[in-house]
Amino acid sequence: MTDTLPRTQATPPEPESPTARTRRDKKRSPYPMWFYLPAAIIYGVLFVAPTFASFYFALTRWTIFDSEFIGLDNFVTFFSEPYLFQSLIHTLLYAVITSGLKVVLGLLFAVFLSSQIIARGYLRSVVFFPVLVSAVGVGVTFRVLMDPFDGLINNVLAGVGIDGPGWLTDPDLALFSVAFVDVWAGVGIATLIYIAGIVAIPQEYFEAAKVDGASAVKSFRHVTLPLMRPATTTVIILSLIGGLRSFALIWTMTGGGPGFSSDVLASMVYKQYQAGFYGLSTAGNVVLFVLVAAIVIPLFWFLNRKEVDR
Amino acid sequence: MPFSHRRAAYGLPALIAVSALSLAACSSGSSSPDSSSSGETTDAMEPVELSFLVDNTETSVGVVNALTAAYTAEHPNVTFAVEERPGGGDGDNIVKTRLQTGEMSDLFFYNSGSLFQALAPTRTLLPIDDLPNAGAIQDTFKAGVTADGSLYGVPAGTAMGGGVMYNIPMYEELGLEVPTSWDEFMDNNQAILDAGKVPVIQTFADTWTSQLFVLGDFANVLKADPEWADKYTANEAKYADGSPAIDGFVHQQEVYEAGYLNEDFASATFADGVRMVAQGEGAHYPMLTFALAEVIANSPDNVDDVGFFALPGASTDSPLTTWLGAGIYAPNTTEHADVVKDFMNFVATPEACDIQTEAVGAQGPYFVDGCTLPDDVPQMVADMLPYFDANNTGPALEFVSPIKGPALEQITVEVGSGIRTAEDGAALYDQDVEKQAQQLGLEGW
Repeated sequence: MTDTLPRTQATPPEPESPTARTRRDKKRSPYPMWFYLPAAIIYGVLFVAPTFASFYFALTRWTIFDSEFIGLDNFVTFFSEPYLFQSLIHTLLYAVITSGLKVVLGLLFAVFLSSQIIARGYLRSVVFFPVLVSAVGVGVTFRVLMDPFDGLINNVLAGVGIDGPGWLTDPDLALFSVAFVDVWAGVGIATLIYIAGIVAIPQEYFEAAKVDGASAVKSFRHVTLPLMRPATTTVIILSLIGGLRSFALIWTMTGGGPGFSSDVLASMVYKQYQAGFYGLSTAGNVVLFVLVAAIVIPLFWFLNRKEVDR
Repeated sequence: MPFSHRRAAYGLPALIAVSALSLAACSSGSSSPDSSSSGETTDAMEPVELSFLVDNTETSVGVVNALTAAYTAEHPNVTFAVEERPGGGDGDNIVKTRLQTGEMSDLFFYNSGSLFQALAPTRTLLPIDDLPNAGAIQDTFKAGVTADGSLYGVPAGTAMGGGVMYNIPMYEELGLEVPTSWDEFMDNNQAILDAGKVPVIQTFADTWTSQLFVLGDFANVLKADPEWADKYTANEAKYADGSPAIDGFVHQQEVYEAGYLNEDFASATFADGVRMVAQGEGAHYPMLTFALAEVIANSPDNVDDVGFFALPGASTDSPLTTWLGAGIYAPNTTEHADVVKDFMNFVATPEACDIQTEAVGAQGPYFVDGCTLPDDVPQMVADMLPYFDANNTGPALEFVSPIKGPALEQITVEVGSGIRTAEDGAALYDQDVEKQAQQLGLEGW
């Protein structure tokens, strides 16, 4: 908008000439709206329509060819079966653990890797490398490494005289082992975002803090940390969503086992689908959708509001 | 996960007279059908390539490769493109999805009985009632591949038993007798443990292997209560109601609590389990007899070291729980229906049985009239045949009731590794199967 425009509008209304309007529209967007159409069709057919269809199918008992409307029965089943409900708890636990660790470790790595150290570029790529490996590859590898008897991890522990636990076979430990691997594989993204955030902080702030006699810890606490809030918001939101819908890693490492001890919503949904309970598994997906939305949207709003207040 | 009987989804509401199988093994086949009855295959001269989808287990691929190669040798214009798929739940997904979308190969290899019924055969498969050799297929098997009165599959492979594989040299060394009741079995286990060896092998990395204590016990349940399956289907009997149905869960818990399991039971795989029982690292491995193919493939020197007995129950002289073999089917979308039917006709001949025996070894009784087993069958099969001869068998639950919950393998892992008690596990499983019954729209649920 040019600053001449308000003045034009302030003048008494006069019939606009068609050419003038066209010119102004052109200024607003040089392309017609229907350029959006191909993308909108693909998005609508492949995303919006199935999403809304799933809200309906979650209310049905659905076989290969027919669906029968059964109201909220699927949701009742979902919340009344102990291990279905348990998977919900595991999902939350898993998301909070992985998200929290990624924030803390990502920040530490980023501060370390943006300081003046030897082989900084190499170390940065080392931290980022696991992100490039597919989750299935990571899962299969760690299942071998974490084997209680032949696995490298327990063999190394045995070498220093520690009797390693069954990382993936102990029901109390399995979920945490997978969460640990998830952090290992995903902390690179968090680090990357934080490094970008740190690099974007103007050096003047640090210089001013130095002149005021701030120690390294103080300048981290009072300069780096507050100015990293946008990056922190991004990392929390991304890793929380990722954690809530995590599937591939859990499926390849434990299959939700032993028993149901590392089952999360996504793996439960997949199992119900395998069993042919299409309606129930769709209901599980709706629960997952609502859960992600109910956690992430308020969180996003909260974190961003803080940012503005500051 | 090479095998999907563990996860039967739907069922066949007909009691199968598995005892008839013994006739299959022995009858000399007076009405032995002619394999070359190509009938009205008019396009015999045109080159045809048939696609064939099969699960990736040793036995299935071996059977299919041998049968297709033999057919091509007789009909040089017909060739096959064999495509492998994973087994278990993933495989079920592939088969169902491809049938629904009309993308199924011209022929495919899949379970009979309950899982077959889950494919909605009347809408997706090619009926083969007019097969000239259909009469040679035994009624036992036909019942497992029939929907709404139409026949859809021909038998590939043999009948199987679910019981306990055991290491013969270890039995001889310790002077043990083959147990026929649960108490004898536990006495043997104690003797083996006292000798410093592993009594019972469990392999929970492949979760489906954990179900044998429950599924393989079903002939014992039927022996104690012949009506149990019908009551179960009608929602009148529950696993948690107590003996005999709950015995399988209780036995699994007893074995764990007595400390009879191999140290790495939680992380061992099916292949590990077969290797351990074949090579004497453990004494007993509850398993289906199809594991014989794994023994032959990976422990060929120990084939005759592995014996087999029915899973012992409360009574002495415990019966053997039996499973039907897989079937070969065609989708109704195939463009080569005549050639496909001619191939299926060929599969239902004694000649085809011999080809399978040659390819993968004799694994049990065949389902086609006139098929015979060689005299020198592997020890496991020799141990299994007397149960059929003496009529001391009972069908697995998945062939007499449509109800099988999807979470059984997780529950049996929990019971088998002490996470959950038998009573708790049985009750949880009863809750699990409700979904299945409702999904099937059964009466009384």
